[in-house]
Amino acid sequence: MKILVPVKRVVDYNVKVRVKPDQSGVDLANVKMSMNPFCEIAVEEAIRMKEKGLAEEIVVISIGPTQAQETIRTALAMGADRGILIQTDERVEPLAVAKLLAKVVEEESPELVMLGKQAIDDDSNATGQMLAALLGWPQATFASAVEKEDGSLKVTREIDGGLQTLSVSLPAVVTSDLRLNEPRYASLPNIMKAKRKPIDTKSPDDYGVDISPRLEVIKVSEPPKRKGGVKVETVAELVDKLKNEAGVI
Amino acid sequence: MTVLVIAEHLDGELNEATRAAVSAAKKLGGDIHVLVAGKDAQKVAEAAAKVDGVAKVLQTEGDALEKKIAEAMEPLVLSIADQYDAILAPATTAGKNFMPRIAAKLDVMQISDITSVESEDTFIRPIYAGNAMMTVKSSDAKKVITVRPTTFEKAGDQDSAAPIESIDAPEASAKSEFVSEELSKSDRPELASAKIVISGGRGMGSGENFEILDRVADKLNAAVGASRAAVDAGYVPNDYQVGQTGKVVAPELYIAVGISGAIQHLAGMKDSKVIVAINKDEEAPIFQVADYGLVADLFNAIPELEKELEKVGY
Repeated sequence: MKILVPVKRVVDYNVKVRVKPDQSGVDLANVKMSMNPFCEIAVEEAIRMKEKGLAEEIVVISIGPTQAQETIRTALAMGADRGILIQTDERVEPLAVAKLLAKVVEEESPELVMLGKQAIDDDSNATGQMLAALLGWPQATFASAVEKEDGSLKVTREIDGGLQTLSVSLPAVVTSDLRLNEPRYASLPNIMKAKRKPIDTKSPDDYGVDISPRLEVIKVSEPPKRKGGVKVETVAELVDKLKNEAGVI
Repeated sequence: MTVLVIAEHLDGELNEATRAAVSAAKKLGGDIHVLVAGKDAQKVAEAAAKVDGVAKVLQTEGDALEKKIAEAMEPLVLSIADQYDAILAPATTAGKNFMPRIAAKLDVMQISDITSVESEDTFIRPIYAGNAMMTVKSSDAKKVITVRPTTFEKAGDQDSAAPIESIDAPEASAKSEFVSEELSKSDRPELASAKIVISGGRGMGSGENFEILDRVADKLNAAVGASRAAVDAGYVPNDYQVGQTGKVVAPELYIAVGISGAIQHLAGMKDSKVIVAINKDEEAPIFQVADYGLVADLFNAIPELEKELEKVGY
């Protein structure tokens, strides 16, 4: 089985982002960037499937600026086999990403596309589902366990009330939740080895996909600020304030 | 404009989140139709017909639809999508699962998790774990939208019920099959709609220790939540998780116990009306958003809280 793993370069999850004063967006200059945490989990899961002998090849793909190559290298250092970078400096929405990925799937014919459930920058939670729709493939989103069976995958999903298990026939699209696995760190020798692994560079035009955004960003603003609160000294004082001042109990 | 709201329901009860989605639909203007798909969903359809602002309810039956399997929801919604200018669903795990699939088939970009309707094509949604709010204008002819339930009021009932119409569901794809479900059972209110939430973090130390939160929760009729750290440590099941990757809650009162207050946790609770933090580390970031902070060992403070609540009549 061949697995395609799309990865996204985003602001590191520990960074407290700042909105630009002109409200045109979030200030990304000189901010630490990393692989989206959910994508890391997807890469890890693909590698584990390869280690179990369930997959032969793992192809990672990223769509974004030149620096997205670093994100691909990280996945290669973790254990993926080769990379594809679709280079663009434009803002690419999940619908356009899904369309590009659908073209790559046509070319590469993987049996499984493994993605993160959402990117921690735009928080859309849509690309995997959109890709499955465009391909006419089944989907298993928010996966916390994936098991290969003959010609299908048994996937446990995190849903609002607990867990749900689906059986999806291959080829399929799976999106990872946080609890799917604990991603490994790339060792130094593996980082060195990853430098020799091939990365193909393409452009959206190579795939004939129109990536122009459907959503125009009018502005990006700060969320309403909460006023600083007070410290109370005792539990009795806390209960008194909740009852008589805030009126919430 | 005609707007379709896809209802969510469980065990014959219309979900509160659906009422929030109807409120968002009202802001778009025009007729509102509600789609109720599931098994023996007559009772849900009747409840939906009474929701204020609803002009018509469409009802259809199916096992796969009961579980909101994306491959079954897609052909159903597409079969009626022509009649609508906007399609909305609450941003629950079910809505998040099937809606982008519908959007892609309609060749439109989904607008995820909106917190405000500015006009019929302009919406506000949180990005970067709620650290920025983005106003977007959609150029798509049809809008596919998921609605953050906590930021819209829950539509009440109207005097007369809207008509209910039965429709046929197209055959679902056989590529995906429901196997089983394991739902956490609890007598407490649902986390996403509870008026009071008490959450524990890594500071709880163990799953057994959550029992002291349970006792306070029982007194206050509160739901119990958790931080990711508590879930990852195996103290409580993952559907307890509040945050960017878990549930978003906005109760009247949120009590954070032994939770440091990482960005990802705040994303799920900072719109609560009143926030209380109980933590022994006075430097914990949670105190920056808390209305009332108590620096104390939770193992003393929580049992004491239980006693103090008794004193005031709980």
